This record gives sequence, structure tokens and C-alpha cells, in this order.
Amino acid sequence: MSKSFFANAGRTLCVGAMMLLLAGCNMDILNPKGDIGAQEKTLLLTATGLMLLVVVPVIILTLWFAWKYRASNTQAKYDPKWSHSTAIEVVVWTIPCIIVGILAVLTWKSSHELDPYRPLQSEVKPIEIDVVSLDWKWLFIYPEYKIATVNEIQFPVDTPVNFRITSASVMNSFFIPQLGSQIYSMAGMETKLHLIAREAGTYAGISANYSGSGFSGMRFKAIASSQADFEQWVRNAQASPSKMTPEAYQALVSPSEHEPVAYYSGAEPNMFDGIIYQYMASAGMDTGMCTPANTPKIALSE
Amino acid sequence: MFGKLTLDAIPYHEPIVMVTLAAVVILGAAMLGAVTYYGKWTYLWKEWLTTVDHKRIGIMYIIVALIMLLRGFADAIMMRTQLAIASSDAAGYLPPHHYDQIFTAHGVIMIFFMAMPFITGLMNIVVPLQIGARDVAYPFLNSLSFWLFGGGVVLIMMSLFVGEFAATGWLAYPPLSGLDYSPGVGVDYYIWALQLSGLGTTLSGINFIVTILRMRAPGMTMMKMPVFTWTALVTNILIVAAFPVLTATLALLTVDRYLGMHFFTNDLGGNVMMYVNLIWIWGHPEVYILILPCFGAFSEIIATFSRKSLFGYKSMVYATAAIGVLSFLVWLHHFFTMGSGANVNAFFGIATMIISVPTGVKIFNWLFTMYRGRVEITTPVLWTLGFMITFVIGGMTGVLMAIPAVSFVLHNSLFLIAHFHNTIIGGVVFGCIAAMVYWFPKAFGFKLNERLGKYSFWCWFIGFFMAFMPLYILGFMGMTRRLNHYDNPAWQPYLIVAWVGAVIIALGIFFLLLQIFVSIRDRKKNVDFDGDPWGGRTLEWSIPSPPPFYNFAKVPQVSHLDQFWHDKETGVAYQRPAHYEDIHMPRNTGAGVYIGVAGTLLGFALVWHIWWLAGLGLAGMIGAFIARAYDRDVDYYVKADEVARIENAHYESLKQAA
Repeated sequence: MSKSFFANAGRTLCVGAMMLLLAGCNMDILNPKGDIGAQEKTLLLTATGLMLLVVVPVIILTLWFAWKYRASNTQAKYDPKWSHSTAIEVVVWTIPCIIVGILAVLTWKSSHELDPYRPLQSEVKPIEIDVVSLDWKWLFIYPEYKIATVNEIQFPVDTPVNFRITSASVMNSFFIPQLGSQIYSMAGMETKLHLIAREAGTYAGISANYSGSGFSGMRFKAIASSQADFEQWVRNAQASPSKMTPEAYQALVSPSEHEPVAYYSGAEPNMFDGIIYQYMASAGMDTGMCTPANTPKIALSE
Repeated sequence: MFGKLTLDAIPYHEPIVMVTLAAVVILGAAMLGAVTYYGKWTYLWKEWLTTVDHKRIGIMYIIVALIMLLRGFADAIMMRTQLAIASSDAAGYLPPHHYDQIFTAHGVIMIFFMAMPFITGLMNIVVPLQIGARDVAYPFLNSLSFWLFGGGVVLIMMSLFVGEFAATGWLAYPPLSGLDYSPGVGVDYYIWALQLSGLGTTLSGINFIVTILRMRAPGMTMMKMPVFTWTALVTNILIVAAFPVLTATLALLTVDRYLGMHFFTNDLGGNVMMYVNLIWIWGHPEVYILILPCFGAFSEIIATFSRKSLFGYKSMVYATAAIGVLSFLVWLHHFFTMGSGANVNAFFGIATMIISVPTGVKIFNWLFTMYRGRVEITTPVLWTLGFMITFVIGGMTGVLMAIPAVSFVLHNSLFLIAHFHNTIIGGVVFGCIAAMVYWFPKAFGFKLNERLGKYSFWCWFIGFFMAFMPLYILGFMGMTRRLNHYDNPAWQPYLIVAWVGAVIIALGIFFLLLQIFVSIRDRKKNVDFDGDPWGGRTLEWSIPSPPPFYNFAKVPQVSHLDQFWHDKETGVAYQRPAHYEDIHMPRNTGAGVYIGVAGTLLGFALVWHIWWLAGLGLAGMIGAFIARAYDRDVDYYVKADEVARIENAHYESLKQAA
């Protein structure tokens, strides 16, 4: 009665959930568009498969033993004193050890191969993008092109992208789910990430680490395009009337939410270093020693 | 005069908070009125608030845990409701500053003020009874621990109505939790609530270690200790090793906020990475602190109701100890994405996976305990089976995220949220409820209603899967945690399913409370006459339910694992001693209450910078402690005649029942 009602309800809901699952082909992590993401997807599926080798039998055994040895089944063998078997002990310690052993090898290899700091092997010259998380928007600097953008990046497909990442506020995490790995942005520190896109498209970029009340709106677009489109996009930004002046940067530093995409020309190529080193400067250290030779005035002007 | 505290601190403009406040005031007044009307103040004060009896302290812990479960769950369902509607153009009904406090409070309350008191309460009730002791080693310290914890509860509840709570996430990572980014009192409430209750937890950890090491009945060697006591021992060792780290970390954050120091600020040499490392050096052992006693409870339950000895007792003990040691070697897996480098990440990833070996062994041991048993599917067994099925899934997703390169795409996503709820609900909550149902008759002398218990289980079980399986999928879809609004309409159907799941869990909680209520009402029908309602195996079942305040009239002699089972087999159980002796017992004391109240005042004053009150609170704490130290009247003897009278009455009622 009530139990079977719940069981039926549960079954219906499970089926519903499965349908939803199948209907949803838009699973970013399982639908990667770059090498890093693709390898991570393979790794994820391999590891899951390996573990299911134990998990599924355990679930089945749980149900089977509970059913077979239920109190009302007096046919089943009852052995109240039986509480030790060396053979079983050996097996139950060995099986998890083997699985974990295999996973450990996978882990060691993949941790090195997919180290976010490791530059990608490619014939193509990488694009450098400097990333700064602010309250609550992303500032991107293209040092080669002397441009800066807010909440949008573009880069050519099949070209490695080297990100240098920091924060001029609290901690965030820089993440483009469909391209793979994320990494934290932390003030006064530089983290690195190397990604590549294999398919043109516009991908969602997010902060994956809560950073305060405007966090939910802290999104950016990552556009992988053809080389020609990329160059056009760069020229566009270079022609932007907005200059990345100290005042413009200060305006970005003050908290704001749902900031629209913006392009700035005239960004100092070493603006990123200035943003990192501003915290050194306020530590009362000799800024001449701690900052690059030609310290950009942008970040230090605050 | 009142520091930063003004009347503006009361959030009049928040209808949700004001309605809650009204409900709390009315309910509180009704309860106080009822106590006054029935003239129960003296009883309440003498028998409960000032008690040093481990069983009563345990019961009080669990009552608070259940109340805080309601508060934490209210937060949960508010979040789920917000996310079920806040898609695209809809902003939902909770503005970010409110929503952010809710998810912070949810995490803090569920871990510190629901799960922790629940397991502390269980250990209080069960451990001394299992080892044949008359109380814990330091009964007054036990009462003090409870009241310090109570002070933390009062502070965190007060933050709802006076001021605000932290909006930083449950671990309050700086620099967000620093003064620059969180200038309000929310983080201060967080700090002082955790410091007070954390102090209580550390003290109770010390208490239990000494109790288990020093107060076992004669003959009970370490390898004859019941499994629950073993898990309690390891948990309390973890508490004593880990909680001081939390205390120190929060103290550093405190001096950053109060004295303008720079341990974790962006500038002047502060470094947030240090905080993140330190907090997880406490935080990872913490999850094992919560789960190990639950593993112990499942072991007792599965053996009892399979009518069979626990399979692989030694394996269980070594697995528990191994988990305890390994739990200190894995903290970095909470932030592989910080950029520690491949070798460091790989080390912590592999260390994490190794924990799954002893955990897996435990699962197999429970399986083989059922094998060739006579498994009676009672409510505690249902919770145990539900746990085994749920927990292996949670374990699998945990090992998955222990691979750094996988964590790079799943870190902080809803997949992570689904994973840890899978282990904490499937493991800790199921474990606590199973244990509560199992030991309830021991604590109160009557069983809980089975039918309602089963309803509760099925609602929790189905609700859990509906609420959290969609979150795994959302994690794959790139949805990160702590969002209060999203632009991707494809996420909404999953979030609505999750909301329905939460509603079903609400039904489960309703049935759980109804189960307790109905069982109290019908207590005469479910009386546990002989103290052994389930056919138990360990010493706690050899004494009456509820046990007399001195627990054991005569301290038992132990020669076997599962001593009571052995005694029943050989027909020597329930043998009456030839004569009784005087029993040495601790006297109740109000000192714990006074110190707790003074501590609460101190915490409140520090939150609001009311320095004179802080001084007064601190002086009160120290003063009450000194007064207690000079109190010589702390114990007494129960005369042998009195013991004989109580025991005779029990055997008399046994005879009548038979």
C-alpha cells in the first residue's frame, strides 16, 4: 500500500529524471570544444566506468543480501557465529586496492599532462591574454595588441591561449566550462591557464568561486573564431574611443553588476604586472625592487 | 554605550525575517508560559539544565540538533525555491544579500549546529553505557561543553534577528570575509558562534578520549570494545587534533578584523592561500568526525538486526583508524584549482583515493554481516540499507573529484554540491536518524513508531535522490554553486525537480517529527520493559530502559566482544548480584550554565563592539569557573540500600510484565 505507492511514485520520477537527462544534450562538460576539455571528459568517463565495476555489484549485493537473508526467509542459511573469513577479507581489501591503484596511475599521469600551467604543444604562436577579476566583472588585457576588454574575449580556433590570471578584489575562479580547466584568481598573485579551442563558437565563461553579492552576474563570453574574424575584432577594439586610462581602470575597480561588454584601446602592455604589484607597493616595500622596470601608472595610481 | 548596536540592526524591512521572529517569540512565550503554568521551572533547572548526567546531556544535544535541522532545512528550501524560479528575467524573491546569508547559514548550521550536536549527543548517550561506565570522565566538563555549544547556537540564531549573518559561504574565505569586503557584523557572528561551540567541542573531545581510555569496565580490552565506541574514540582523537586548528585560524581572521592585522588581507603581506589551507586542515578531518560515529552506529544496527556477529570486527577497527589517519593527509583536494602544481595535486588526489579503500572494506563488511543472517527490516535497518546504496554513489563521485584534472571542470559546481550532500545526507543524516531510532528506547524506555518511521525513511530516500541527482547533471551543464540567479533556461527544469525533491524531504522531516510525537503519545503501547527491545549485543542493552542515573548497579565484568549477547547465550544475563555497594556519583551544578551564559554575552558584545559588556562576560566566565573550582561539594554516594530499592523495583516490574 503506502510503501508500494512510494515505490511507484519513485519509479515514475526516476523515469522522468532519465528523460530529462537524455533530452539535455547541452551538458557543457560532456560536450567539450577543446583539447583540454576533451581529455578531461575522457578521464572522467574512464574513472567513472572503473568505479562502477565495484559500485554496481555492491548496490546489487546490498539489495540481494537484504532480501535473501530477510528474517522471514527461514529457508536461507543462518550462521550467527560466522564473522570471519580470511578469504573474503583478502578479497575485500584487494579489490578496492586494485581499482585505486589503477586510478592512482591515471591520476599521476593526468595531473601532469593536464597541469594548467603547462604550455600546449602547437605549431601556432599562442595568444596571450591577461585576466583580472574585479567586483563583479572580468577585465581582459591583450598585451600584444594594446587592447583591454570587459566581459568578452575572442581568440582564433586551433591557437593555444595562454592566460595569466589575477584578481584586484576577492578570490574568483576563471572558468570556460566547454574548453576545460578552471583556475583561481587571487590578488597579488599570478596563476596560469593554457587552453585551446578546436571549434568556432561562443562559449559561456563564468566565475566558479563565490565572490560576493554581484557574483551571479559575473559572466563573460569566450568567442573562438577564425583568424580573420579575430583580427577584425582586435582592430575594432584598437579603434575604440575609450582609452584604458588610470581613470577608466579606477571606474572598473569600483563594484558594479552585470557590466556590459566594453572595449578599450591604448592599454599598457604591462598593466597586468602593475595590478599584481600594487599590493607589494602598499606593503611599504621598495617599489623599484618589486615591480617591473617601467611600472605602469595605471594600477598604482589608486 | 552599545557599540555598533542600534535599533537599525533589526531588519524590520524583511518580511520573512519578521514573520519568523514573530513565530519564535510566540512559540517561545508559549513554552515559557507552559513551564510556568505547570510549575516545572525547578524540575527543569534541577533535573535538566544543571545536569551532569551524560544521558540527559546527550538528549539535550539531540533536541537542539533537531531544532537546528528545522532551521537549516528552512534555509535549504528557501534556496531551492529561489533557484526554481530565478531563471532569465525572473529575479526570484530573495535579493543577493539575503540569499548569500542563507546559503552561508545553511552550511554553518547543518555542520556545526545540526550534525555535530547530533553525533555528540549520540556519543554521550551511548558510549558510557557501552563501556560499562557510570558517567563520562569529567561530568562537569561535559555540561560545560554543552552550554558553550548552546552559546554558539544562541548567537547564530540571534544573527537572524539582530544585525545580519555572514554572506561569505560557510568557510568564510578571506579576503571576502575580511573587513574590506565584509564590513558588517555577519562575519563576527560567524566567528564568535564557531569559537564558542568549537571550544565546547574540543573539551568534549578530550572528555571522551579519557572516558574511553580510562573508564572501560574491567576486562574490556581495546579489541573488545563495541565498534561504535571505537568509532567514537577515533572521532574524538580527530576532534582534539583538528579543532584547535579551526580555533587558531578563526583567531587569525579575528585579529585581521578587530586589530587591523594582515594575515589574510590582499595587501601588506597577507595571503589568502594560508587561510584556505588552514581551514581545510580542520575541514577535511571534520567530515570524518561526522561520518565515523555514523559508521559505528550502522555497524551496531546491522549486526543486531541480522542476529549475527559483525563480520570482520578487526578489519572494521583498522579501517576506522586508517580513515582517521588518512583524513589529515587530503585537505588540498578542496582546492586543486589554486595552482599548486602537478606533483602536489597528484599526491593529494591519490591520498584521497586511498581513503576509499578502508571505506570500501567497511561497506563489504556490512554486506557480509547480513550474509547468512536473519535480517529484520526494521526502521533502523531501512536507514542502513538506504545509506549503503546512497553512500557508494557519493563515494564514487568523491573519488572522481579526487582526480585533479577532473576537479578542474567540476570544482565548485553543483556536481560538488550533489557529491557532499550525497555523503552527508546519505551518511551522516541517515546515520544519525538510524542511531536515534535504534537507541531511542534505551534513552526513554519506549520504542518509536515503526510505520511513521518507514514513511519518513521513504520520503527522505526518494526526496534525496530527486533533490540531488539533478544537481549532478547541472554540474555537468556548467552550473556553479552559490548562484542566486541564472540566465540559462535549460537549467530550470532540473532545478524544479530538485525543488520537488526538497519538498519530499520536508515530508520526511514532518513524518520524523510526527513519529516522535505519536510515539510519545502512545508510549504506554511501546514500552521497553526489559531494556533489550531489539535483542541487543552490547552492554547498554543489559540495563533497564531508561537506565537508572547510575547506569550500572554493579560494574560488569567483560570477557567477550558482544558481552551481553554472550551472557544471554550462556544464560548468565540478568543475574542479580548478591549485594549492592555504595555508588559514587557527581553532583549537578549550575556552573556550566553560568559560564555558557557569560560566554554568550561575551560573544554578543564582541560582535557589536560593546566593550564593557565583553569585559563583564569574560569576567563572568572566569569568575564562575573559579567559583566552581573552589566548590568542594561536587560528588556524593548513593547508598547501597537506595540502589537495592531502585533495582528491586525494576526487577519487580520485569516480573509483572512477564
